[in-house]
Amino acid sequence: MRLATPEKTVTFTFDGQRIKGVPGEPVSAALLAAGIKLVARSFKYHRPRGIMSAGSEEQNALVTVGRGTAQEPNVRATTLEVSEGLEVFSQNAWPSLKHDVMAVNDLVSPFLAAGFYYKTFMWPRSFWEKLYEPIIRRAAGLGALSGESNQDTYEKAFAFCDVLVIGAGPAGLMAALTAGRAGADVVLADEDTAMGGRLLREREDVDGKPAADWVVEALAELEAMPNVRLMTRTTVTGAYDQGTYGALGRIAGGRAAGKPLECFWRIVAKRAVLCAGALERPIAFPNNDRPGVMLASGVRAYVNRWGVAPGKAVAVFGNNDDAHRTARDLAAAGVKVAAVIDSRDDAKVEGDFPLYTGAEVIATKGRHALESITIKTGNGTRVIRCDCLAVSGGWNPTVHLTCHMNGRPTWDVGIASFVPTPESIPGMVTAGACNGAFSTAACLNEGAEVAAGVVADLGLAAEIKTPSADDAAYAIQPLWAVEGKGRKWIDFQNDVHVKDVRLAAQENFRSVEHMKRYTTQGMAPDQGKSSNVVALAVLADATGRGIPETGTTTFRPPYVPVSIAVMGAGSQGKGFAPERFTTSHSASVDRGAPMIEAGLWYRPSYFPKEGESHWRQSCDREVGYVREAVGICDVSTLGKIDIQGPDAAALLDFVYTNGFSTLKVGRVRYGLMLREDGHVMDDGTTARLGETHFVMTTTTAAAGLVMRHLEYVLQAIRPDLDAQVISVTEQWAQFAVAGPKSRELLNTVLDQPITDEDWPFMACGAVSVGGVAGRLFRISFSGEHAYEVAVPSRYGESLFRQLVAQAEVMGGGPYGMEALNVLRIEKGFITHAEIHGRTTAFDIGMERMVSAKKDCIGKAAAARPGLLGESRQQLVGLKSKGVDHALSAGAHLFDKGASHSRVNSKGYVTSVCYSPTIGTHLGLGFLENGRARHGEVIVLRDHLRNITEEVEVCDPVFFDQDGGRARG
Amino acid sequence: MASLIALTPCAGLLPLTIGAITVTEVVPQALTSVAPFKGHKKAVSEALKAKVGAGLPALNRRSGAVTWFGHGVWMVAGAVSVEGAAVTDQSDAWAVVEIKGAGVEDVLARLVPVDLRASVFKKGHVAKTMLAHLSVTVVRTGADSFEITTMRSMSKTLLHDLEVAMRGVAARG
Amino acid sequence: MRIDCPNCGERDRREFYYQGDAVVLNRPSEDAGAQAWDDYLHNRANPAGETRDLWFHEGGCRAWLVVERNTMTHAVHAATLAEKVKR
Repeated sequence: MRLATPEKTVTFTFDGQRIKGVPGEPVSAALLAAGIKLVARSFKYHRPRGIMSAGSEEQNALVTVGRGTAQEPNVRATTLEVSEGLEVFSQNAWPSLKHDVMAVNDLVSPFLAAGFYYKTFMWPRSFWEKLYEPIIRRAAGLGALSGESNQDTYEKAFAFCDVLVIGAGPAGLMAALTAGRAGADVVLADEDTAMGGRLLREREDVDGKPAADWVVEALAELEAMPNVRLMTRTTVTGAYDQGTYGALGRIAGGRAAGKPLECFWRIVAKRAVLCAGALERPIAFPNNDRPGVMLASGVRAYVNRWGVAPGKAVAVFGNNDDAHRTARDLAAAGVKVAAVIDSRDDAKVEGDFPLYTGAEVIATKGRHALESITIKTGNGTRVIRCDCLAVSGGWNPTVHLTCHMNGRPTWDVGIASFVPTPESIPGMVTAGACNGAFSTAACLNEGAEVAAGVVADLGLAAEIKTPSADDAAYAIQPLWAVEGKGRKWIDFQNDVHVKDVRLAAQENFRSVEHMKRYTTQGMAPDQGKSSNVVALAVLADATGRGIPETGTTTFRPPYVPVSIAVMGAGSQGKGFAPERFTTSHSASVDRGAPMIEAGLWYRPSYFPKEGESHWRQSCDREVGYVREAVGICDVSTLGKIDIQGPDAAALLDFVYTNGFSTLKVGRVRYGLMLREDGHVMDDGTTARLGETHFVMTTTTAAAGLVMRHLEYVLQAIRPDLDAQVISVTEQWAQFAVAGPKSRELLNTVLDQPITDEDWPFMACGAVSVGGVAGRLFRISFSGEHAYEVAVPSRYGESLFRQLVAQAEVMGGGPYGMEALNVLRIEKGFITHAEIHGRTTAFDIGMERMVSAKKDCIGKAAAARPGLLGESRQQLVGLKSKGVDHALSAGAHLFDKGASHSRVNSKGYVTSVCYSPTIGTHLGLGFLENGRARHGEVIVLRDHLRNITEEVEVCDPVFFDQDGGRARG
Repeated sequence: MASLIALTPCAGLLPLTIGAITVTEVVPQALTSVAPFKGHKKAVSEALKAKVGAGLPALNRRSGAVTWFGHGVWMVAGAVSVEGAAVTDQSDAWAVVEIKGAGVEDVLARLVPVDLRASVFKKGHVAKTMLAHLSVTVVRTGADSFEITTMRSMSKTLLHDLEVAMRGVAARG
Repeated sequence: MRIDCPNCGERDRREFYYQGDAVVLNRPSEDAGAQAWDDYLHNRANPAGETRDLWFHEGGCRAWLVVERNTMTHAVHAATLAEKVKR
């Protein structure tokens, strides 16, 4: 029921029913205004539930918003803003909220107590995943996802400040004002749609005017300060190391306005002031979960802030002075107060409504909504008709963030609750209600004082100027649970009641952490915000200990649920990983080449031609180009590192197993690089361009790794070396020109023709390509007479197209990764399929490359006895029985006659291909004592692909073993 | 003989305007990395001053044509050669863009984990940092403009990430 | 977590690559023997408390750093350029 007629409304639907809401208000306010009490079904027992609170701590009113790709489950109706056309659905009910079949769970509830699942669904074991779990999951649960891919956008963002003020109630506003006026760079974050906290919800004066008016003035002053940033709808969710805070920002308008839905902030603050306020806690009395039973603070928020009366006749039940506010506010708003029930004997009458002191609520009635309550006083019981009961069990300071770095809160007897332990989070201080200071005046004062201390730390001077405000005392007499017939709910979201906690204690789950896990108390999305202290008190009572001895469970981030979508914002789709494109990319795509990922790069797999229906046809043809004519391949993705300095050669001697100080200028040498543990890290060629100038080539996969390694060696291991390294990978577009006609082709693009005499195998130097200064290397990864020609990247696409066109004239063309792989397997050249991190120089047959004349990275470890000898699996070639006998990479190798079991495995296959040159399938692999077994026939077995083949062990170099073709 | 056509790293991709922000490609005539050898920093700085009008600026700073580019290395806008330093041609290695407009800090705050607000990060300030997953160099070039440099091969990803952030900011109006 | 890079100032952990114990700065000689190399390569104290390890500012200036921190409190005490650390 609305207390006044709103000026403007929007229409949304709840389970299809059209409902009017007022812009700015939460869905819960509009539902209450429309007289809707039943909003949800509970998690486990499908109990009818209504709206409990008016904040992010809401336990009951979880709804689903939207449908299809935009469907979002488990949204709290109390923080969901109404908007035109919004579709809201109840959840966890079938066929309807009112007639929910699974409510049968509630009837058999005596059998579903805490621990029921653990005790019941024990055997047979095979039923766990197939039968029990699906049934339990269907019966218990909250909302569901649609199964369709979410199309919304989310953001993450970074913010920096001197002082982060968390919460914009009286303490937070004063803290921000004080720090802002002192000139500090301030961020004020509050999860509500408007700042002001309880000043927007209570009827009281600040500085001689209505609190809400004072808030407007304070916000105007803050907005005018260029050094203050106000972040509404932003919940600080976690406190992390070195002053980093996570914060979930909900974006006003969101989906409907084409905006991102949420933004996850990383806020880095030199100091933080926690002004998170306090959360009211319920009292556990029989059937205290009926729709209409609410927290008193929630009732006041609906009445005072949103102008909505949650009932026609409202009763109030509390154990503290604060509860009486509710009755006063209701009366002032013209809502009937049915009764005030105060558990304390000495409570005072404060208004024109019936007061029962020393009384408790012992029963409630009403199937889908509250109809009456039964109270017990010193004079017996009495039934009071009411459709709403406002409950206040006292206040819990919102200490959560202070516990995020392993801090434990301290029990405060005076307020019967936990308060933060100082210095729990380095750089964070607490003020106001979250610190146990409950009156408005105390909050304003603490906010100002604490902020003044913080800015003084930062070298700024602040003036403490606090407005006058209500300073009422807060007297409480603990009341946790009321005895009586029926379940007394503690954790409404996970359906945990008093008996469950007592059962846990009885079954010796006496530690609070054990009780939590046994009962699931506090493990729902709300993380026990409202319920944990009550549960602790009940456990303390059941185990005969005090609450401080019982302790608390750990509050962990996030303070409110945070969607995975917003945590991973920016990493959807193309944001997942960078894409690296070569200069020849469009030219390859133009030719229909399927592009495959190689690291972050995209490289052509093969270049299909008309009439080819299988990649193998293209691949075989491209291999033929290189073996018989000339092929072109973009090799720009290989890492290129420029190394200069007086100690450049010494650096190379140290990182490579073989020597480079002896390399002549204008020559290239193959180098093998080890990790310090003696295993192969990478390999490649290094060219000496000048006495103190080298260019190292790395594999595509290890380019970043090798760059980091060289910087590590220079900065951490050998800072005595005077050399500089810098990546030039991106500077050069480099193309392999390979095959018998490669020189002839090059001479069509080079400004000065080259000869074999001037450019012998492993020569390098400067060339001019169409007037552009380039580099030429006579190196070969195919075993053919070949070159790599490099030009500055801006010319890459143009040169690639010209090389390919020229190659085609000569009976060749471009070749892709598939052909490249065949060519190198035929030659026994290794890639990271072979040097995969567990192989040594000895394993790949290159132990003679480890120079005896000098130390190098990995040399000492490579000489360890276990890394040498017959027991090692050594690189071998594997030849299949013929074209119809394809091999399989990843397969294991077995002796003939041995069973194909793990213990009998003698090695494995790393690379396979069909070789059009040799006319059979080839493989490379590692075989125990393999170099001594050339000529033997063994068995290859792939259990995954169900392939068994006999293979002949041979030298890994299948083709042109003396290397004459490359040198010629 | 070959006849080579030059393409810039962001050819065909820029300019891009969304809301109040525009991204354009910056094409330096040449870029040269200069990393002084041990004991040569002062001499290299003086040589550069004579050649390009600016010596080696302090860490995290740009001075004229010379920009600090990381541990022990500077990037000179121009083709230079100096003694006592490792000098490499980097003219084709980098995609350089300028992002400009009101609220540009809000766009970059969605991508870069460094405080780039004008009160902290002033004209001529340099940050070697990350933009989403990319390694970048960010330089403030004016009250509402920044220069961002990343590896040439990743220019499409840079523009994709900037575009998503620009849309998010522009949608807020 | 934030590390105060001597070159760049305080930066978020995402910019850094973690290597491991700074014991690697003291590389044994080639002929130091199996025990010395085993200790250098494999044996780590893994203390609960003060540690000294190598980080690389890969997403920043590309300096290798020795970072002193506490694994219990998560405090980061100091970050020094590896090339300037006495060994």
